[in-house]
Amino acid sequence: MNPSMDDSRPIFMQIAEKIEDDIIEGDLPEESQVPSTNQFAALYRINPATAAKGVNLLVDEGILYKKRGVGMFVKTGAREVLREKRKEQFYEQYVVSMIREAEKLGITTEQLTDMIRKGETAR
Amino acid sequence: MSQVLQVRDLTKSYGKFNAVDRISFTLEENRIYGLLGRNGAGKTTVMNMITAQLFPTSGELKVFGEEPYENNRVLSRICFIKESQKYPENFRIEDVLATAAILYPNWDRGFAASLVEDFKLPIKRKMKKLSRGMLSSVGIIIGLASRAPLTIFDEPYLGLDAVARTLFYDRLMQDYTEYPRTIILSTHLIDEVSAMLEHVLVIDSGKLLLNEDADALRGRAYSVAGKTAKVEQFIAGRRAIHRDTFGALASATLMGGLDADVRRQADLLNLEIAPVSMQQLIVHFTTEKTQAKGGE
Repeated sequence: MNPSMDDSRPIFMQIAEKIEDDIIEGDLPEESQVPSTNQFAALYRINPATAAKGVNLLVDEGILYKKRGVGMFVKTGAREVLREKRKEQFYEQYVVSMIREAEKLGITTEQLTDMIRKGETAR
Repeated sequence: MSQVLQVRDLTKSYGKFNAVDRISFTLEENRIYGLLGRNGAGKTTVMNMITAQLFPTSGELKVFGEEPYENNRVLSRICFIKESQKYPENFRIEDVLATAAILYPNWDRGFAASLVEDFKLPIKRKMKKLSRGMLSSVGIIIGLASRAPLTIFDEPYLGLDAVARTLFYDRLMQDYTEYPRTIILSTHLIDEVSAMLEHVLVIDSGKLLLNEDADALRGRAYSVAGKTAKVEQFIAGRRAIHRDTFGALASATLMGGLDADVRRQADLLNLEIAPVSMQQLIVHFTTEKTQAKGGE
């Protein structure tokens, strides 16, 4: 129904990823307040309990913290932690699968690095 | 959290046919439930029993801890919106809303009025002169503005276009976050409502097939497609819930998460791999059973 929510992956994970993306991209600076679960629920038309599960996942991971009676906030240092985490995922998600596909097509390592350089200059 | 509904071994029989066959479940307060299943699965029969419009043949049924029959303490806290709702002859929309205001203790006049505007309803028009979509809109307004502790929507949007349905979902989520209550949504438009559900009950041929956290059903299955021999090789030792063969090609839906191992093995066998949505998963579950029954 909602184009930004994928019905084939747990929604609480997608909410956590959205918050992570906003922190990495600087839209949610450190020590700023995260939207409430009710705001997430209304905005994405998702169940508030599911949204809360996504937010709590990031609290457990030390990315967000709770100010009693106020709401959830981004911890200082969260951005760097997330960047490191995403770099590891980047290797798994992009590099490994790229190499696998390249092997299938008979692309050598040299050709692959040439392609990456070419892609960088074309940017 | 307190329980709003307790159902144990609930059965409704018509002669030898069990429309509802020994169903047991409980509903917790202030959650949104999806009651899903194919047409004729028994969903409406279950809702009719919960709302005391139908007597169970056997089994136990407690709503707010009490028997619902002729029990006004219970019935005044339930709002049941169904597709086939009949209205008194000559009632106008405004008469229906005025009656609802008397029937439901939590009725919010202001909210009802704003919904009438949202859905662009002609308040002076007689109910019997309304289009199918307008009738559905009236039901939705009553369901929302009643703020009943147990609100049940049974296929509430016959004749409503996508814009009006989206309006319904928006208002439902906004109001629910402000005034939490227990809601049952029964529909076969699973894709449209799935994100709003906290918990899912799937009924098939009168039996309770699934009773699960909605988010737990996402990412629970995936599908592979490719050459039949390779697909067979892949699914050996895995739990396939659905299989299709098209000549030399085949596809299969398997239970399990789409982890790196799964991807690697599928890749080695040159299989295409895709995640399965909640709707697809439920369709597979309910058709699997029907097919199995046909083979008996």
